[in-house]
Amino acid sequence: MDLAFTEDEEDFRHRLRAWLADALPMLPDRPHPADWPGRRAYDCGWQRMLHDAGYAGLHWPKDAGGQGATPTQHLIFLEETERAGAPYVGAGFVGLLHAGPTIAAEGTPEQRARWLPPILRGDEVWCQGFSEPDAGSDLASLRTRAVRDGDTYVVSGSKIWTSHAEIADWCELLVRTAPVNADTPKHRGITWLAMPMDAPGVTVRPLRTLAGTAEFAEMFLDEVRVPVTHRVGEENDGWRVTMVTLSFERGTAFVGEVVACRRVLEALARTAKANGRWDDAVLRRRLGRLAAECAALWRLTQWNVSEAQRTGGVPGVGGSVFKLRFSQVRQELYEAAAEVLGPDALDAGQEWVADRLSSLSYTIAAGTSQIQRNIVAERILGLPKGR
Amino acid sequence: MNGAVDFQLTDDQRALRAGMRELLERRFPRTRLRAVVDGDAERGAELDRALWRELGAAGLFALRVPESAGGVGLGLPEAVLAFEEAGRALLPGPLVATELAAGLSGALAAGAVQGETVVTALDEEGAQVPVEHLASADAVLALGSTAVELIPAAEVVRAAQPIRSVDPATPLHRTAPPRTRQDQAGPGRSGIAARLRREAALLTAAQQLGSASRTVELAVDHAKRRTQFGRPIGAFQAVQHLCAQMLVRAESSRSVVYAAAVTEGPGDIAAAKLLADEAAVHNARDCLQVHGGMGFTWEADVHLHLKRAWVRAGQWQCAAAAEEELAAGLVSTVETCL
Repeated sequence: MDLAFTEDEEDFRHRLRAWLADALPMLPDRPHPADWPGRRAYDCGWQRMLHDAGYAGLHWPKDAGGQGATPTQHLIFLEETERAGAPYVGAGFVGLLHAGPTIAAEGTPEQRARWLPPILRGDEVWCQGFSEPDAGSDLASLRTRAVRDGDTYVVSGSKIWTSHAEIADWCELLVRTAPVNADTPKHRGITWLAMPMDAPGVTVRPLRTLAGTAEFAEMFLDEVRVPVTHRVGEENDGWRVTMVTLSFERGTAFVGEVVACRRVLEALARTAKANGRWDDAVLRRRLGRLAAECAALWRLTQWNVSEAQRTGGVPGVGGSVFKLRFSQVRQELYEAAAEVLGPDALDAGQEWVADRLSSLSYTIAAGTSQIQRNIVAERILGLPKGR
Repeated sequence: MNGAVDFQLTDDQRALRAGMRELLERRFPRTRLRAVVDGDAERGAELDRALWRELGAAGLFALRVPESAGGVGLGLPEAVLAFEEAGRALLPGPLVATELAAGLSGALAAGAVQGETVVTALDEEGAQVPVEHLASADAVLALGSTAVELIPAAEVVRAAQPIRSVDPATPLHRTAPPRTRQDQAGPGRSGIAARLRREAALLTAAQQLGSASRTVELAVDHAKRRTQFGRPIGAFQAVQHLCAQMLVRAESSRSVVYAAAVTEGPGDIAAAKLLADEAAVHNARDCLQVHGGMGFTWEADVHLHLKRAWVRAGQWQCAAAAEEELAAGLVSTVETCL
């Protein structure tokens, strides 16, 4: 067990820190959350700066245009950017963390050349068309159809919870290409397509969340024509293609947020000292316990990263364990924030109040906590398949 | 390129852990544990001196003693791995105090390394905490706010009252309020009491971790075997989710216990003790629930894990103290582990 960094890694950290100190003051002001074109310009602008400085696609393989960094370097990158208050991937999330790595792993040379460089440069934005109204956590039961017509697929159906759909250029779309029957289990008839968002027949309708903002959208697909050359992987093999990269969401995707939790906690303590709530031992101890939770999340992340490094990048069983604990802790953190705020917790304009509302999605998004517990019970603990 | 933050165990550390598990399976099997807890209630759990010596011979108390002093010369991570195994096996005895005493000088500490001397502890900052295994001990490690002293056990026994310990394998004495002793911290000694307290908290956390992991195994084994309504109960989501949460608790506390062993940071140690206490206590309770009615019997081992976890949770840094220390860390300017 060794938590020390190598000299190379410390060098990397110092170069990055110095670059961040120069780069961040050049950023424009953050756009209002409701200003989607503004958010796209801001997030893509930041990605362009990372690209030009040699930090784009840090954890992507070199032959995909990435930097081929180790998981530890990626961890340092996420830690330092969050600490410096730099923007997170934002609109680049799906492209950089999911669609891009999928195309890098499974795409043809032509597909890699067409789609990867614009993701890394921040020129093109991707969204994720996986979930459907009747296929959320049970993703394999999706029903959006794609019927082959010569060299195109004709796609009809609807998708939901599509983040950044309003500003995306491309959608990584899962469609059903074979009917479900005795010969074809439901996850066998699925195909992965790259769909242009400006294709005729694509309608996007923003969904308003309980936080009052439009963070994602519904998408209606009416005989949308997608060229067969836009298919990544084989027909009916989309489930495997997806699983290759889906675990990224549970790997290092939350590193920045763990660092952010600790920052929020320190800010809460300062606020509580200022408004007198700190004298309440119950609240103080509650914040102390959350500090232990943050420490555990951080160490769990380091554990997962070092395991991924040992196994050559394959995310281990720790992903579900981390996700379960993290989503819970994040909600508890903002419950504590409400107690620190007192009556101000009813002011939806307060930053922590908005975060309290959005934290409610964490036990649902990217696989509900219930599904995660099923995964832990059946795949890690080896309990019999449940119902 | 192989980067650092190599949190994984080294081959030597794995071998050490396997060796300790093998020794305990051979010398302290379940039948031995049951003999201890089902034995004569009056005599309680008199310490098995032969086993204690064997633990000493195997190097349990010498792991961190420098080679120049006849020890093994390893560090806290290795001690943590060994104590995790002790917790897993529910090995009784004042293991932490004896391990700490083995690193001290003085006549009373002399036999601690070999397991010839049994040393228990009296934490004067936690004055209400009962002393474990006092009647079997040769010496008591008394920790004042700064003073560190080894006292012959006979001196402490005179003013102590045995209580009916909740844990049948851990006899407890309530001691008289600690005599006011002038803390005579000599030059350079003032930090020792604080360091010993931190190490005691960490080694106790390691045992809690071992227990928390063991109860996950016990619950999962039972859930696979026990059939109700025509299928193993482990196929029921309600049971699956109990087991999954147990694993989440155990693995979260493992990450911070191991990290604390490496960093030795007070914040990491406080977090380790807090989360390992929680994992051991709550996992034992959930394990009991998974066992259903059988879990409520004396015959099942589950209650032994729960009761020992309660004892350990009260020792060294209890929840309130750990939470206060961590809260203080939020408003201090000291750089944290995050």
